[in-house]
Amino acid sequence: MPRSVTLLGIAAAAVAALGVVGFMPIQTLSHDEIFEIPKGTWARRMSGDKVEILPDHIRLTLGLRDILVLRNHDDVPQIFGPTLMMPGQSFRLPFERASEYQFACTAHASGQMTIIVEPNPATPWARIAWRVRELLHSPR
Amino acid sequence: MRHKLLARLNSPRRLAAAVVALLLVASVQAASSAQLKAGVFDPPRQAPDFSLASSAGHELKISDYRGKVVLLAFGFTSCTEVCPTTLNTFALARRKLRSAAADVQVVYITVDPQRDVPARLAKYLGSFDPTFVGGTGTEDQLAAVRRNYGISAEKKTIGNDYTYAHSSFTYLIDRTGRIRALMPYGHSPDDYANDLTILLKE
Repeated sequence: MPRSVTLLGIAAAAVAALGVVGFMPIQTLSHDEIFEIPKGTWARRMSGDKVEILPDHIRLTLGLRDILVLRNHDDVPQIFGPTLMMPGQSFRLPFERASEYQFACTAHASGQMTIIVEPNPATPWARIAWRVRELLHSPR
Repeated sequence: MRHKLLARLNSPRRLAAAVVALLLVASVQAASSAQLKAGVFDPPRQAPDFSLASSAGHELKISDYRGKVVLLAFGFTSCTEVCPTTLNTFALARRKLRSAAADVQVVYITVDPQRDVPARLAKYLGSFDPTFVGGTGTEDQLAAVRRNYGISAEKKTIGNDYTYAHSSFTYLIDRTGRIRALMPYGHSPDDYANDLTILLKE
């Protein structure tokens, strides 16, 4: 088979794959973006470990992953994101509008935590970008 | 114990009734949490009590408002950005609730005791809604309240003046005095009215 035909076939397959990834509606099993304080975190911090659980920027997507869930599994109360959480307590914050939300957060050096809620990906390119980002951030 | 329970459910009618009751309880619990626009705590904890000077001229204790739904916010009367918007939102939400608003209490605790004496708090809050109550105290008293509620407040000097960067969210405390939810800054009066209506019905 000539090389040009093979390349053409590969290109066509790539375009077809992009088409599927871009046009196929995105469905998620859960809308939750979960962050957890593991047991023993306070003790680790007290012993000098720098434990970073919550990033200072969190990116959510409306209609797909738009609920921030924080859980404190440690034995002591902790400032987690915007709020104080008791041991064993969870906090579930839904977002209904795409926007940038600022929270004062003493757990971060900047004193701020930013949650960026992006609109639901409406175009094929936005869907491709979302799927790629999910793939890169999914636990291995 | 388990054996006795199973024995009681031995008739199909009783078993069906138990299943229906369980489904009803589960659906009511799910609905009451799922419909809130605010962030929900699970399990909710009791709101830590405090004793401060009230803008209404008496002692201010959060436990005095058991039986009402409380919106608890922290700020200062010289705040030009967050506080006026939040307090105006509370006032509009209360108006939307009409007669049910009688069971909603707004409690606003200052982070600036130097300027926010009770009379100043009363005048400021009264310009939004005469039912709003403010709380103030010593630096130490207010710091203790903030610590118990996970509130941050940082004083920032600007020339000869000063301002505060402070937590901008609002706690929703139910009729039994439990902190049920946290509403981030920027939500609409409709969102507050929605959540207050749900909590008032419990």
